[in-house]
Formats: sequence, C-alpha cells, structure tokens
Amino acid sequence: MNPVSREKIMKRLLLIAVALSLIILPVILIWVGYNGSGIISIEFLTSRPRLFEYGGIYPQIMGSVYLVSLCTLFGAPLGIASAIYLAEYAPDNRITQSVRFFTETLAGMPSIVIGLFGLEFLVFYLQLKTSLLAGAISLSFMMLPWTIRASEEAIKTVPQEYRAASLALGATKWQTIVNVVIPAAMPGILTGVLLGVGKAVGETAVVWLTAGSGLEAFVPRSLSSPTGSLPMYIYLLATQAHTVEGVQRAYGASLVLLIMFLGVSVSALMARNYYLRRLGN
Amino acid sequence: MMKLESLIEKALFLSASFSALIVFLITFFLIREGVPALSLNFLTGLEWRPGQEFFGTLPTIIGTLWVVIGAVFIALLIGVPTSIYLSEFAPFWVRNIIKSSVEVIVGIPSVVIGFFGLMILVPFIRNTIGGRGESILAGWIVLAIMILPNLISLTEDSLRAVPKSYREASLALGATQWQTITKVIVPAASSGIRAAIVLGVGRAIGETMAVLMVIGNPETPWIPTSILDMTRTLTSTIAIEFSYAEWGSPHQHALFAIGVVLFLLVTALNFVATFVIRRNKN
Repeated sequence: MNPVSREKIMKRLLLIAVALSLIILPVILIWVGYNGSGIISIEFLTSRPRLFEYGGIYPQIMGSVYLVSLCTLFGAPLGIASAIYLAEYAPDNRITQSVRFFTETLAGMPSIVIGLFGLEFLVFYLQLKTSLLAGAISLSFMMLPWTIRASEEAIKTVPQEYRAASLALGATKWQTIVNVVIPAAMPGILTGVLLGVGKAVGETAVVWLTAGSGLEAFVPRSLSSPTGSLPMYIYLLATQAHTVEGVQRAYGASLVLLIMFLGVSVSALMARNYYLRRLGN
Repeated sequence: MMKLESLIEKALFLSASFSALIVFLITFFLIREGVPALSLNFLTGLEWRPGQEFFGTLPTIIGTLWVVIGAVFIALLIGVPTSIYLSEFAPFWVRNIIKSSVEVIVGIPSVVIGFFGLMILVPFIRNTIGGRGESILAGWIVLAIMILPNLISLTEDSLRAVPKSYREASLALGATQWQTITKVIVPAASSGIRAAIVLGVGRAIGETMAVLMVIGNPETPWIPTSILDMTRTLTSTIAIEFSYAEWGSPHQHALFAIGVVLFLLVTALNFVATFVIRRNKN
C-alpha cells in the first residue's frame, strides 16, 4: 500500500477512537436525563424516602449538601494555606520535597483506603461514630491534595512583578500575599476548590464507610447524626431495588446528583477560562 | 511585625505538613489493624469464607488483575489514538472542546457510571454473549471509561512536549505525517506514555464503586477462567463486607489487611510513575 492512502486509512481509524472517547459523556447524560426526568417533582425533591423504594430524596440531597459544605469548610482553607506555603515560602530542601511527596501520595490514595482510615481513626478511635462529622472530615482528606495542587499552580502563575511592586512599596511579605498575590490567583484557586467539591459530591466509598447507610429518612440534626447521601442512595437502589418505583428513584437521584456535579464542574471550568483570559490581557 | 510574619510562616508550614501527617496516620492505623491478618496464607489461599475464618485472597487478587489489565488495555486502545489526534491533527477549538469534556468525565460520580453499567452493559452482555452479564468483561468496559480521561490528558501532554524540530526534521527527510508520528513522535513521548499507563493502573486498582456494581461479587470468589465469569476485586471485597464484619474480629482484620495490600500496590505504582516523570524532565 502506498504511504499516502495508508495515511488516509490511519487518520480515519484515529477518528473512530476519538468518536468513541467523545461519545461516552453525552450518552451517559442523555441516558440519565431521559430516564430520570419523569420522576422529578416538587414532592420527590422535598419528601422523605419510605419503605426503601418509595417516597422522595430530600434527606439525601440535604445530606450530600451538608457533607460537601463541611468538607469544603475543613479542606479548602487548609489546602489554600498549604499551597501558599509551598508556592511562596518553601525553601527547596528535603523537608519541602517530602511534604510535596506526601501530598502526591495522598492524592493517589484509593478512596476506599481513605474510607477505611476514616472508619478506624475517626469513627472508632476518636469515637465520632458513623456521622456527618466523620464523613465530612474523611471527604476532606480526599479533597485536600487536589485543592493544594490547583491552588499552588494558580499562585505560581501570578507574575513576579506584582510581588516586586508590592514589596517595593514597603509591604511585608504577608501583606503582599494577602493583598496582591491571593486576589490575583483567586479564580485559579476557586477552580481548584470547585474541582475538589465536584469530586466530593460524587464520592461514594468514603461516605459509605464513615457517614451513614444512605437510607436515613431524616436530615441530619447534628454533627453526630448518621447522614444519608445521594451516591449511597443511588448505589442501594440500583443494586437492591425490586420494583420499578425503586429503579425510577435511582434514575431520579442520579439526575439530581449529575446536575449538582455538573453545576460545580462547569463553574470550575468557567472560573478558569475567566482567569486565563485575564492573564492573556 | 517581623514576629507576626514568622508566626504566619510557621502556621502555613504546619498546614502544609498536615497532608504528610494524614499519610502517616493512614499508614500507622492500616498497619495496626491489618498486619496481624497478613500472612503467606492470606496472599496465596484459595478460599475466602469469613464465616469459617478462611481468608485466602488469591482469587480476589487474580480477579483484580484480570479486571485492571483488560481495562487499561481497552483504555490504551482508545486513548492513545485520541491523544495522537488531539496533539497532531485537531484544530485548536476542537481540541479545546474535547479537553474540557474529558476533564468533566474525570469527575463524573463513579456510582452513576456503575449504574449505567448495571442497567445497560450487564443486560447487553447477558443477552448477546451469554453468562450472567455481571462479569469481568463488564468491569473492563466500566473501568476503561473511568481511566480513559486521565490517560488521554497525560498522553496528550507528553506528545505535545515533543519538540517541533523533531517533526520538522522527519518531514524534511520525506517521511509522511503518519510515519513521523509512529517512528518519531510516539517513541520520543514513550516514557510519558508509560508513566500515564502506570498511573492508570494505579487508579484502576483503587477504583471501587463502578467496578463493584458490575462484576457480580460471588460470595466465595474463584480464580476466573473466562471473561464472562463473575469475580471480586480487592476494593469491592472491602466495600461489601465491612458493614457486617464485627469490629475486632479476624474478619475485620482481614479486610484491613486487604486495605494494606491496596495501599502498598497503589503507592508503589504512583512512586514508579513519579520517578518516570521526573526522569523525563531532566
């Protein structure tokens, strides 16, 4: 075969692979949207589950919202502070390198291992029980390294002249960071935090081991209440429902979860695009 | 004033060390609970019957390897050509759209992908190929979907990092674009691609929910002989059994021992990948 026609064939094969990788996202979105939209109603969104496969998903929605908000409350400030240290202060020595190494190790840790650790350390050892607090803290362990990574990148891309100008005006290093560097890096930091939030919203294994069984019929009343969540609810109904109603509810909950997830990730991407455009100017 | 500044620096350093602290705590607590159950028999035993205190994980380990290797292979088959297209052929706007949509897939809740597998793939396999549908094959496809985005992203980065002069030199010698890609660009990017594969394997081993929902998880796992067999993975065993393992029982220790195996495997793989990437940069 001559090289030119082989070239054409190969390019076509490449396009088949591209089509395969591209088709996944729309197929899943359409599938969930098509099957899930039928059951969505005010009642479904605002009432409690009954008899395993009937009723609504209000406690699960609120459980997910509580878990993720608390997790962000723990994870985001810690992550941003770590990123500031790594980007602005850290001398290039052994200690910094090992801090970086451990952050990477934590980022690669399987979520079920983090769940096991949460179960043993938080639930049993610190006696937090299977609860909102234990679930949120465990989730924040998972979210932390991603926030650090993205925030550090964002802080590092702030031009050096900004810092020099501020320091030349007599500001201290910390004043420079708070008043100049962080505001300039904010959209990038926001992207990092939001990507972490997106991960936490959909995380199942960690909340399964630490937060609750998923069928809790009440919105958590305190930090020590067991807490249901959308991913756990979907898992239970998808694998154990016997009726059409149950499967329908799994679709409906999946649609709600996907909307929450997409809302968060799309704002993350928008924050980044805004940031990149501003840097370009 | 200076005192405040140095206090702040110390506080920031403490925050940065927190991740290291968590990793230490994870290691310590997993080892404390898991190591008592670790033994040669644990790794080579063929029977997993928690009720009779048989804790052999060999069938589970082999099941995990089957699922992971197949999934990584499928992901490579689709992911590498996609990355080649993105870095060598795609116009700027196409590349942008694909890269963003790929980044969204990275985070799609795995339970939704598992649900998709359970409702669509499993019946499809049962009706067209046979078996129960819940199978290694279903695990391959679901897991390939999960690891594809990262693989594409990393592979594309390493392809784009190949200097333009390589391409120009090859084309100037009369090579076609395709010859340039297969003989110059892919070999030059090969260590980056290898790192992407290693990271993909690590991620695949650690994935829990999506795989768990489609592979059947038989009560007593066996060493799979066909891709239509049901199987278990290390992660699915922990997830399914932790809730009825009594705290402090040998069963619970065995589950933590599986956690130790997972932790060691994944950390070793990440270590290798970091090493490969770092060597690349130098």
